Amino acid sequence: MIRVVLPVHLRNLARVSDEVPLAIAGVVSVRSVLDALEARYPVLRGTIRDQTTGKRRPLVRFFACGEDVSHEVPDAPLPEPVAQGAEPFCIIGAMAGG
Amino acid sequence: MSGIRLLVGTRKGAFILTADGKRSQWEISGPHFAGWEIYHLKGSPVNPDRIYASQSTGWFGQLIQRSEDGGKTWEPMGKDFVYEGTPGTHQWYDGTQHPWEFKRVWHLEPSLTDPDTVYAGVEDAGLFRTTDGAKSWQELPGLRSAKGKLWQPGAGGMCLHTILLDPVNPERIFVAISAAGAFRSDDGGQTFRPINRGLKSPYELPDPDAEVGHCVHRIALHPSRPEVLYMQKHWDVMRSDNAGDLWTEVSDNLPSDFGFPIDVHAHEPETIYVVPIKSDSEHFPPDGKLRVYRSRTGGNQWEALTKGLPQEDCYVNVLRDAMAVDSLDECGIYFGTTGGQVYASADAGDSWKAVARDLPAVLSVEVQTLP
Repeated sequence: MIRVVLPVHLRNLARVSDEVPLAIAGVVSVRSVLDALEARYPVLRGTIRDQTTGKRRPLVRFFACGEDVSHEVPDAPLPEPVAQGAEPFCIIGAMAGG
Repeated sequence: MSGIRLLVGTRKGAFILTADGKRSQWEISGPHFAGWEIYHLKGSPVNPDRIYASQSTGWFGQLIQRSEDGGKTWEPMGKDFVYEGTPGTHQWYDGTQHPWEFKRVWHLEPSLTDPDTVYAGVEDAGLFRTTDGAKSWQELPGLRSAKGKLWQPGAGGMCLHTILLDPVNPERIFVAISAAGAFRSDDGGQTFRPINRGLKSPYELPDPDAEVGHCVHRIALHPSRPEVLYMQKHWDVMRSDNAGDLWTEVSDNLPSDFGFPIDVHAHEPETIYVVPIKSDSEHFPPDGKLRVYRSRTGGNQWEALTKGLPQEDCYVNVLRDAMAVDSLDECGIYFGTTGGQVYASADAGDSWKAVARDLPAVLSVEVQTLP
């Protein structure tokens, strides 16, 4: 199981209070994690990436093992500690607005 | 005893204020959807406990919520607002053409007869409709065919902010779009045409014959005679006696004819309300005095209503969707400010009381008169 940390607004929307555990079949990548997340919580469709283009929303960032992986290609494998569940995959609402 | 429910959308959540028919004691629930921008909430006239809400942020986009119990609990609904066909382009600030891009839902207008049918006004300006209780949304693309290529966003964005459903003629729909103008459909939303003749915007729109491009801030009607429309334009308060075919100015003795909301008394079709704002550069009341102006003659003769409203050092704004009237025997008027106050009058505007004082900036106020 991998672990996903959501920003507070999306935790409220998905009605979860803590990290979200997800089982991923195959390569653990940004795309496969988001696919599994949206399948389990359909209300999150469109809140993290555009529903039509699949592109990350501009003020959302992805972190793995302390590194910003927002600009990695969506199918790139995430670090092994994330794939093993030792470290969480973090979805962050970027600082914006002053 | 009858009751009142106010649906207040703010920059940081929704609040629901309730009172009995005396309208003297108010309870506030909320914030609902804390931290999210709630541009608008509105209940179905057929089933008042069914309420629709537009929820959004710049971070996570647009959601639509629906309540079946008067706002106590909510369920997320469909949020796919996809323009029909190839979206095409509209005019951009520099005169070039720019692709239509969905940004948010500004206004939700439930059908007068069917609780599952709701119209949504969105930015970039378009009109959507659901007929399944907000599970899915379909655009009414005939609106954007009404010279959409010439529409251009104003400073607040190119938003469709007003939707008026004609209670007498179910085929007739009025909409208004910032910096594009007012439009009317006479065939249930299949086609629209601009209804902006008589509007004058010499500084923003030098062409006196321009069919579109007028910055309409809000239009309102009284359900007993929906062919009479009132408009608060960017500048000028206007009136039409022929469903928008021709407008005449009725600003007369207002201290400023700039403003955002306009509304009509529930029982007196010639009694209307505006909140003058100093100018398009200074979005606060003239002289620091928050005054609602009432005309009992359908415009032109205006009186200031000040009792209970701050008359010094007041520099809030009242946004276009932030005024509403109830339908109790003595008509109640409500409005919210960007300073987070919600003011209520239980005597048609003669006196006012702040029923909420420190909310986030108020974006919209709707009222439900409950049996």
